[in-house]
Amino acid sequence: MTMFLTIAVVVLIFVVIFQIAKASEYVSVLKGEEVSRKQNNKINGLLMVVFLVLGLVGVWYCNELLYDKTLLVQDAASVEGARVDSMLWVTLAVTGIVFIATQVILFVFAYKYQEDTNRKVVFFAHSTKLELIWTVIPAIALTVLVVIGLRNWFLFTGEPPKNAMVVEVTGKQFGWIYRYPGKDGSFGKKYYKNIDNASNTLGLLWDDELAQDDIVMEQTVYLIKGKPVKLILGSRDVIHDVGLSHFRLKMDAVPGIPTTMWFTPKYTTKEMKELTGNPNFVYEISCDQMCGNGHYSMKGVIEVVDQEEFDAIMAKQKPYYYSAFPEKDPSAAPADTTVVAAVVK
Amino acid sequence: MSHEAVLHGDAHGHDDHGHHEHHDTFLTKYVFSQDHKMIAKQFLITGMVWAVLGGLMSVLFRLQLGYPDSTFPFLEDLLGKWGKGGRITPEAYYALVTTHGTVLVFFVLTAGLSGTFANFLIPLQVGARDMASPFMNMLSYWFFFAASIVMLSSMFVETGPFSGGWTAYPPLSALGDASPGSKTGMDLWLVSMALFVVSSLLGGLNYIATILNMRTKGMSMTRLPLTIWALFFTAVLGVLSFPVLFSGFILLIFDRNFGTSFYLSDIFVNGVGALPNEGGSAILYQHLFWFLGHPEVYIILLPAMGMVSEILSINSRKPIFGYMAMIGSLFAIAILAFLVWAHHMFVTGLNPFLGSVFVLLTLLIAVPSAIKVFNWLTTLWRGNIRFTPAMLFAIGFVSLFISGGLTGIWLGNSALDIHLHDTYFVIAHFHIVMGVASMFGMFAGIYHWFPKMYGKQLNNTLGYIHFWVTIAGAYLIFWPMHYEGLAGMPRRYYDFSIWESFKQFGELNKFISLVSMIVFMVQLLFLFNFFYSIFKGRKLTKQNPWDATTLEWTAPINPGHGNWVGEIPEVHRWPYDYGKDGVDFIAQTTPVGADESQH
Repeated sequence: MTMFLTIAVVVLIFVVIFQIAKASEYVSVLKGEEVSRKQNNKINGLLMVVFLVLGLVGVWYCNELLYDKTLLVQDAASVEGARVDSMLWVTLAVTGIVFIATQVILFVFAYKYQEDTNRKVVFFAHSTKLELIWTVIPAIALTVLVVIGLRNWFLFTGEPPKNAMVVEVTGKQFGWIYRYPGKDGSFGKKYYKNIDNASNTLGLLWDDELAQDDIVMEQTVYLIKGKPVKLILGSRDVIHDVGLSHFRLKMDAVPGIPTTMWFTPKYTTKEMKELTGNPNFVYEISCDQMCGNGHYSMKGVIEVVDQEEFDAIMAKQKPYYYSAFPEKDPSAAPADTTVVAAVVK
Repeated sequence: MSHEAVLHGDAHGHDDHGHHEHHDTFLTKYVFSQDHKMIAKQFLITGMVWAVLGGLMSVLFRLQLGYPDSTFPFLEDLLGKWGKGGRITPEAYYALVTTHGTVLVFFVLTAGLSGTFANFLIPLQVGARDMASPFMNMLSYWFFFAASIVMLSSMFVETGPFSGGWTAYPPLSALGDASPGSKTGMDLWLVSMALFVVSSLLGGLNYIATILNMRTKGMSMTRLPLTIWALFFTAVLGVLSFPVLFSGFILLIFDRNFGTSFYLSDIFVNGVGALPNEGGSAILYQHLFWFLGHPEVYIILLPAMGMVSEILSINSRKPIFGYMAMIGSLFAIAILAFLVWAHHMFVTGLNPFLGSVFVLLTLLIAVPSAIKVFNWLTTLWRGNIRFTPAMLFAIGFVSLFISGGLTGIWLGNSALDIHLHDTYFVIAHFHIVMGVASMFGMFAGIYHWFPKMYGKQLNNTLGYIHFWVTIAGAYLIFWPMHYEGLAGMPRRYYDFSIWESFKQFGELNKFISLVSMIVFMVQLLFLFNFFYSIFKGRKLTKQNPWDATTLEWTAPINPGHGNWVGEIPEVHRWPYDYGKDGVDFIAQTTPVGADESQH
């Protein structure tokens, strides 16, 4: 019924608008086309300035309403992200000035130079000087932005500091798998044909000793405040993307082609809860590359902690190897460790 | 060349006997027509049908985004299992988003825009009886029609239409097991797009040949209206880049159906297991896709720019400012269009040095774009502006092009893109600069050339309502999306409720959805105006209703096949002699007087 009513109302509005439009056509015929055209011209000329003023007020009002909901109010959560933010402000300043200037010129010209029988049009078809000015000035402004941008770009995509920890992040439909290299500090080899959802989600090669102490986690990944981290990204199936909006970075996770990104977390999760005033705050990993019907729910969580907490958490983790081969877990079956080592070899 | 000979024969026929319409049957006049004007109308009306469908799709998925917790029983009636319980399912949501993108980019803003105005304006404005090959031209439309039918049919298959985004990145698009939409729906999508590419190439070659070879006497290249220059560069872009997309699709078809591994490597699909494919590169597709994909943006934008230049000049009663600079900037944009594709791929793990080159070339595009904007503004300066509906849309185009173009400077700079990529900021950017702006160019073109197309007048009042609601609505819809992007809100999310970082925009999303519905309704008003006026509009009485200088207004009010009765007029001057020596306008066909000032 409401459906029917809605349609009826819409149709009614349509008919009314149409009748008005039709009537105005007849009126213009009666009044004389030229007269009514000039009237319309005046109205539209006036609407040009009205639109400009309302538009600029709207831009301001929109900012009032929404600014607090963006990341602009928060400090970037990574050292590198702070550079993104400062670049963003510079770009906003440059484009903002151009935006306001050109929109004002456009609508004010439209209003000011609306048809007037007394005005004599200026035949002004060309001016090399003017055209040079508006070629060179944008070129200079853009050069500045490019220089700032590329310095940051090479920093972000360059080598991470030597002391960076390394974590592997693998996307799958629709979740994330994290791997730490374990005590030996090196990742073991993996091969996708070994993947088995029950006991080997990454397809690690158990023959590789380096793989035997690798730690695999899902849901939450732990990072250390102030310690640079290099993420090695990959995917098991389709292209995903590790989107880290609080750290101001993102990078695709592509099957078959490992990619990397690095950053230095600046605040622990606890600190961010206080800074944002949101007790539920978590660093979320959002998948930012269309990956299938569950794309919108492909969420990961990063928990940034300080070094001691991190060590305590890691001390509780068991190598993934033992979940595949529980019988070889020394803590589960207190057998002679040399036997385990021998078996492994 | 035989077609050309036939055409000339035809043309002489016109000269001798005037009209030959009585030879036409309904089938040859309205269906398998070889008259460029009829083909233009076919493109336009098919494009309009797609625009309504594509717009309706956006209204449906905006319903989900704006009211994720509500149910609408009519959705189940409309969509069946895709709207189960009155709520759009994720499958349906992604199918709608994907089809909306594909249809709007290719069917509406490429075929609907270039197809309509290149076909309609090129022969009329360069002074030709028809296209270089009218038969190929007809084929171009019918390939597009076939593409449309196949795309439409993909919506009715059991597993649904393709749902992996209009860019169709593999492996998602290659693996039916990864997404139901990548099954039969994707096969049909690829077939449809292949047909579409053929249509574009047939059309494009024709446009280029006609512009280069069939200009009337006196119509040198530097006397062409800017519409023609823009359509020329558009056609060149299409002809050079669509084949690359086509090759990308061919490889994808092979990967999907014949077991090759161009794009596939190291893949384990849940529920299926490890695939045998090794050694392919998923990124290769993205290079092939964006090698078209970026020029495509300009294929969409340049025709709008050309028409806007023309309409701004005519209705300011002033010459376009910097005619040569306008051509130069079109040329620069066309060249650069081929050299910036990887700015869509900054976060794919691209070599950083390569990325830096693409940053430089991308931001370089801002220079010719700035030239165009400033030249348009100077064209208005000290003019005598007539606000026809076409003029309003042209001014709206400039406003939107500025707004959307400037955010391109943010996204083209890779270090910022790494933060904003694939967020709502991108949606806001490309919808404003490419989607809505080109649509405004298209509206401007329709309002301006409707009298030439149908010999009737559109209702002006409806045109004014259409413009003011649409421009206000477009800004209300897309401006706030910049803020969502600045919060990191990702594109292509069905529901944000589980996200602590993005769920603060519920009210805003509701507002945007509401506005989008109103704007959609107003487009229906425009359609009504369009079709009503074709049949019942006031008859055009002036041969040259806008006091324009170009050739199409020297043709009869309802030109027959062949356009001019008698000789094709000769051209003596450039098309922008408005307000010269105090004369309102001097048609291109007027010989230069002895005492006329030089410009």
